Order: sequence, then C-alpha cells, then structure tokens
Amino acid sequence: MLLCLHIWFLEVVSNCSDDGSHAKDHHLSLPVSTGDLTTSAMGEMEELRKEMENLKDQITAARKTFQDSTLQEAAAGVTVVGRVQLKTRKTLRGHLAKIYAMHWGTDSTLCVSASQDGKLIVWDTITTNKVNAIPLKSSWVMTCAYAPSGNLVACGGLDNMCSIYNLKGKDGNVKVMRELAAHTGYLSCCRFLSDTEIITSSGDCTCVLWDIETGTQKTVFAGHQGDAMSLGVSPDFKFFISGACDFTAKLWDIREAECRQTFGGHESDINAIGFFPNGNAVITGSDDATCKLYDLRADQELLTYQDASIMCGVTSLAPSKSGRLLLAGHDDFNVNIWDMLKAERVGVLAGHDNRVSCIGVSSDGMACCTGSWDSFLKIWN
Amino acid sequence: MSSKMQSSSSMAQARLMVQQLRMEARFEGIKVSKASSDLMRYCGEHAKNEPLLMGIPTSENPFKDKKPCTVL
Repeated sequence: MLLCLHIWFLEVVSNCSDDGSHAKDHHLSLPVSTGDLTTSAMGEMEELRKEMENLKDQITAARKTFQDSTLQEAAAGVTVVGRVQLKTRKTLRGHLAKIYAMHWGTDSTLCVSASQDGKLIVWDTITTNKVNAIPLKSSWVMTCAYAPSGNLVACGGLDNMCSIYNLKGKDGNVKVMRELAAHTGYLSCCRFLSDTEIITSSGDCTCVLWDIETGTQKTVFAGHQGDAMSLGVSPDFKFFISGACDFTAKLWDIREAECRQTFGGHESDINAIGFFPNGNAVITGSDDATCKLYDLRADQELLTYQDASIMCGVTSLAPSKSGRLLLAGHDDFNVNIWDMLKAERVGVLAGHDNRVSCIGVSSDGMACCTGSWDSFLKIWN
Repeated sequence: MSSKMQSSSSMAQARLMVQQLRMEARFEGIKVSKASSDLMRYCGEHAKNEPLLMGIPTSENPFKDKKPCTVL
C-alpha cells in the first residue's frame, strides 16, 4: 500500500539558508504564529489552513483512485537482472581536495569535475588527460555542469553565484563568460538547457532559469519550503525536477513557469534527483537512505529502494541508459546498484576511500563515473 | 523584517500554497498498471542496447586498455 504524503509547512519566517552556510535547516509543519495578525486575518489564515488540509486529502484520495495495481505486482513475472559487476577502468587523479560534483559531456568522452581545491577540471576520460584546469574565484564549489554543445561549463557554490566559462574562446584561454548573481543562498545544482539558458537550484529554496547572454533571471521557480538541493532536466527540455530539504520533489513546466506536481514520501532531505530515461518518471535519493521512483503520469510513488543494511544517506544517483539499473552513491563510500523494476540490489561499487559525492552515466551508456571526497574520479564499466 | 511584515508575508505564502494545491488537485492521472507496463516495456526494449547490463566486449570498450599482441 503506497501512501503519498503531501508535506506542507507554514512558517512565519522563511527557513531557507541565506547566510551562506551549508546548513540545511527546515522545520516541520509548525503552526503559524498568530500574535501579530488582526482577528479577520486570523480568520483568513484558519480558512486557508482548512482548505490546505482538504486539498491535501483530495490529492491523496485522487492518487488512490489511480492505484489499481502496484509496480511490484506488475513486475512480479520479471526476472531480476543478474549480478552487475563493474570494474574501475580509469582513475582520474589531479584534484587536491574533496570532489563535490561531476557532469559528463554529451560526447561520452569528456567530463567536468569540481573540487574544493578551487578547480574545475575537464577530463578526457579515455586518456585520463586533463583538457582544462580552470582556477575558480571561489573554492567553495558545490556543483558543475557541461553544456550539451560542449562549448561551456558552469559551476557555483557558497558564493551564491553560477559562473559560466567558455571553453572555446578565441585565444584558447578559458575565461569567465558570465557570473549569474541573484540567489540569496548557496548554489546547489545547475544544468544547461543550451548555450543561452541555464537552470540553477539554491539554498534560498528557489530554482531559476537564466538568460546567459544578458546575465538576468528569466523565471524564478518558488514553492519549495526548504533548500533546493538538486535538479534534473527532462529529455525533451520542457520540464525540470527539483529535490529539496522540505522532503519533496517538484516537477516544473519551464515555459509556463509553474510547478505542475509535488511528490512527498521521503523522511528526510532529498539530495539527488534524476529523470527516468523516457521522461515519464522521476527518481529521488534522500538522507533517509532510500531512493524512490515516482511516475509523473500516475502522479505517485511506485517503488522505494531500501535495505536494512543501508543506513547512510544517498548523495547522488544516476539511471543507466535503459533505465533498468539505478546507481546510487552513499555517504558510506559505496555506490549501490539497483534493479529499478524489482527494487533489488544487484551490485555494489566499492572503490572510494571516502563519501561518493557525485555519479553520472555517460549518454551512450558505456560507463559510469563516480566522484568522491577522496579527491578521485573513477570510470567504471 | 518586522513581525508585521513577516505575518503578511506568511499570509501571502499561505495563499500561494493554497493556489498551488488547488492546481495540483485538478491533475488527471493514468492508472498505475498502465504506468508500470509502460516503464517495463521501455526497459525491455532498451535492455539489449544497455552496455552496463549486457557487458562490453574488450575490443569495443574504449575504457579498457587493450594489450598489444606480440607475434611469437
């Protein structure tokens, strides 16, 4: 029986991190302080609260009416995939401190990584050569991204900014092309839509669509009640999903500028999020040590990936090319590999000497890359 | 921010949340059985092209160092 909980918070003071610290504070459904409201305002607040409860119940009831079955039942006849044993094929050495993020280029050969040694490195994963080593103004980097074109990379972190670098500048030097500044909290994640648009998520609880050329915000996506930690763009580039410290994932329509759906169920912060390859489902990874699969068209959670022996939070995740495998990086230095349909663990990648902070599968599906606080990246297949 | 401003901003926030919930309550979904079978079909159709599942022959693995052959 799958219950999808809609968790809503009502707070007098915003609980989003705007002091630049990496604190992920939030509070669970506190009653609103009515000390400064007039009587009629108190009345309206009470009406709003009642309507919120009614709507939450309506949504839960509607989701139950779609629940004619479960994925578990539907996949009962499917055989679990055989044990998946991947080997480390390459180790990318060069960072001098914890790696916080990595992102594959679309050519499945180059990737970019970000470390708190204050560098962005673009790697040729086949030769292990460093194509670019870009020094950053702020070493407190938390995310990086590769543009689909291969022309640009971006990064950001505790400087609250998203910096865009042009890899293909005329004189061969990699320079800052634009600094996107407006967030009032740390930059947790960024993903390019194209060379002219990028989406960011922030500790200020919002996500933003930027015009890179003008350096301005095109759209602010507000709604999360906790730090937005991670985002993913749909395969058709029309939607993006965000996971946050309010324990929910949200689906956003980029051009209509609205939140379409909200998914709850996790019992702690969502640190990682990604689309299933066909764009119809979303996978989340949380500090509650589980991953969850939500179907967008059925508007609910289909499966939870959990095991009593896994007690450490999920830091990162990536689906394999067919979607059948889910790779999840944890605080306990390992990556767990799940059969996504059967919710059974079918493999482990053990090779790092510290937390796995980031993971990505190349677009041709040939390899998985992990990045760790041990300062190394590893390529597995 | 004064406490009065906080209160009126929390009222505005509450109104926005109700508006959002109203929109989400209008969502028309499909049955889980259909969603599940579509996911399973996608996995099935793409499994044979899935390198991490099917394995990669050494000659086709760009990440595997190919040992040179010596003719004895």
